[in-house]
Amino acid sequence: MKKLVILIVLTMAFSTPVRAAVEVQELTSPGGINAWLVEERSIPFIALEIRFRGGSALDEPGKRGAISLMMATLEEGAAELDSQGFAAAREALAASFRFNVYDDVTTISARFLTENRDAAVALLKTALLEPRFDQVAIDRVRAQVLSIIKSDATDPSDIAGTNFDQLAWGDHPYASSRNGTLETVQGLSRQDMVDARARVFAQDQMYVSAVGDISAQELGLLLDELLGGLPQTGGPLAKTANYQLTSGTTVIPFDTPQSVALFGHQGIKRDDPDYMAAYVLNEVFGGGGFESRLMTEVREKRGLTYGVGTSLVPMDYGELILGQVRSDNASMAESIAVIRDEWAKIGETGLTAQELQDAKTYLTGAYALRFDGNAPIARIMVGMQMIGLPVDYIRTRNDLINALTLAEINRVARRIYQPENLHFVVVGQPDGVETGN
Amino acid sequence: MPRFMYAIFAVVAFALPGRAADVTTFTLDNGMDVVVLEDHRAAVVVHMVWYRVGAADEPPGKSGIAHFLEHLLFKGTDDLGPGELSATVTKNGGSDNAFTSQDYTAYFQRIASDRLELVMTMEADRMRDLEMTQDDVITERQVVLEERGTRVDSDPGSLFREQRNAAQYLNHPYGIPVIGWRHEMEQLNRDDAFDFYQRYYAPNNAILIVAGDVEPAEVRALAEKHYGPLEPTANLPERLRPQDPPHLSERRLSLTDARIAQPFVTRSYRAPERDSGDQFQAAKLVMLAEVLGGSAATSVLGQKLQFETEQAIFTSASYSGVSLDDTTFGLVIAPTPALSLAQAEAALDNAVAEFLEEGVDADQFESIKMQLRASLIYGEDNISAQANRYGAALTSGLTIADIQAWPDLLQTVTADDVLQAAHEIFNKDNAVTGWAKPAETAEVQQ
Repeated sequence: MKKLVILIVLTMAFSTPVRAAVEVQELTSPGGINAWLVEERSIPFIALEIRFRGGSALDEPGKRGAISLMMATLEEGAAELDSQGFAAAREALAASFRFNVYDDVTTISARFLTENRDAAVALLKTALLEPRFDQVAIDRVRAQVLSIIKSDATDPSDIAGTNFDQLAWGDHPYASSRNGTLETVQGLSRQDMVDARARVFAQDQMYVSAVGDISAQELGLLLDELLGGLPQTGGPLAKTANYQLTSGTTVIPFDTPQSVALFGHQGIKRDDPDYMAAYVLNEVFGGGGFESRLMTEVREKRGLTYGVGTSLVPMDYGELILGQVRSDNASMAESIAVIRDEWAKIGETGLTAQELQDAKTYLTGAYALRFDGNAPIARIMVGMQMIGLPVDYIRTRNDLINALTLAEINRVARRIYQPENLHFVVVGQPDGVETGN
Repeated sequence: MPRFMYAIFAVVAFALPGRAADVTTFTLDNGMDVVVLEDHRAAVVVHMVWYRVGAADEPPGKSGIAHFLEHLLFKGTDDLGPGELSATVTKNGGSDNAFTSQDYTAYFQRIASDRLELVMTMEADRMRDLEMTQDDVITERQVVLEERGTRVDSDPGSLFREQRNAAQYLNHPYGIPVIGWRHEMEQLNRDDAFDFYQRYYAPNNAILIVAGDVEPAEVRALAEKHYGPLEPTANLPERLRPQDPPHLSERRLSLTDARIAQPFVTRSYRAPERDSGDQFQAAKLVMLAEVLGGSAATSVLGQKLQFETEQAIFTSASYSGVSLDDTTFGLVIAPTPALSLAQAEAALDNAVAEFLEEGVDADQFESIKMQLRASLIYGEDNISAQANRYGAALTSGLTIADIQAWPDLLQTVTADDVLQAAHEIFNKDNAVTGWAKPAETAEVQQ
């Protein structure tokens, strides 16, 4: 379900603060690095979030999984330290560095105490600028990745995700797991790690934010020290993905008592003027709460599932509206029928005035609650930068939601919910569900 | 998704509570305990009610009733319609949920701090005035059966954990899964739920935790107004569960499932939990788990099995002392494809035996203590997690004093203490060993 992971990253970007102290400072370091900072002095640590536009979709043909393996190996030895030496040094500082890769973004999340700030930055810098990529470290991490790939191949949820992506995106990198396949990962060399790093780490694709016990001036110097040595430019960006799936159902037989279904069709771009309306629609239809239409119809009224939900998945080179449901093999057919009905219904008649009002109250009230901790705020701020939202958006976002009219919402409902294009990928042995159009 | 996550908190309970200075506690006249954790950085509050009842307190044959009842608490009261509580929280921009473990059941809302009274009013209402129709009960029973399908039956790792757990406890109800055995869940009814509810859902069996941007005096006034009038349950039974006899014989299980791609071996030893006023044995075991399996690159098992011999893809050692009754200390090895499970188990045993000979590395031990001290600072950034730690500890037989003594207690553990704890805990007569195997592997057990 990698696509849903991305979604979490993106929705964070909508947050708004309640914190009296959320005062975002925009700064440019002496060396020219732009960053957003919230100075929060009450706890002596700093959360630093660094992102590079371009994630696993930058994998070269035949090298699927290279960027993921590279990111997982960054911490496995740098400069004079081998893998264990690096870990011991980081632990002695009580710092944490996390390296992650998603379809369109690679992320570095660091957390360190004020008292260990300079030493932690110096150590992280070696991982970014002087990773060793020792063959023994690559092979050890590779064995872990291969184990994960094998486990995913017997997990119904992962099987559904892989098949949906493959059917939806053809030969684009989005069509396969960012971990790669057994074959591609086995073929990756040390040079592939070096190349992958060169494709990803570039200052012109970099976004930075920090929250914690540090001033703007100190942060500027820290960023120059940490990131100033990275190259200005990286590899070419990815290509647009062409959505290829049409309406219908695909059943992947799998021996399990409960089926998993992924369902959806093409979605809406993040920079589309209708995006905010689509976001509100999705919240009412299949968003996080218990009150969504799908939760009400499939779970609360009929007891067909423990959980059902939908998400907007606006990736940089393609976009989906995607849902997931799990249901016993005996009841999956009914779950699918109910979801298809609801999909058609919202496309035809949109929301009621009451639903829109309730959604506005919820979304505008909940925005502030996202700003709860240094690391979450750092992630929100870097997400906003990547989408191109101004600092001011934190103040205006709720006004944008409140300004949506029912007519506008329902026009967008007709546009984005397309029952004639809805495709279900079902993994399991669902009674009365067959592959077809 | 409400009403879930029953097993998660035990795993994270190892993390440490934060500053003690911001904690205020008092007890209402009807016996309800109140804990206030202040964090004024954001205008947000977490409001939680923890009941001192969990799956291990269920009557025989009614497995799953504690968790099923947790779902039914959202079905309405004399004043609230079905789903109205959650809907009201949502409309006010908040979120709500609940979770059940072996030792506790908890309900919470997270919302802007000026809405505290709203959520408190509703939570107090459902402590004594639950109502539900037969139809609601039948439909919700389908939901928890689907939940079992999602969490357990679809996941061979969970199925195996359930089987190993059942073998771990010879007599204690911890051997019964929180979500329940399917054949018993299918028979749970409205009367079962109400019997359990009326006995255990009462102010003298509950702990209110309010964390965030609140003043203790304000919480006291609101709690007295909304929870104060609720009737306590008379003659609330003491929480005495059937205890295990001495374990005299090693138990071994294997599970073969086509859905297992990565084989692994588990070993879990019976272990003492944190007891009020007597937490030092548990503190030693926490440090032992950190030394053995805390970090892949620097722990004993990681270094020996993942780095030196390269026999393992993954290793771990785990222990959580937050539990009302005896718990377990666990080891795991997931071997590389080159090893059989018999070889993997031997490698794990060998690594532990070497550790008992070699003792604790002084640098590693100091680094672990430093990281524990740092986790207190990082922990201040997450008031919700602190509230969870207080709730889990207080419903597992510990006191505020125990919780506040714990971080310093961990710092007093010595390397010799760790080694001594290791010698005591690693007794196979107390242990369950599990082999998880993909379908095609035909391996003979030792």
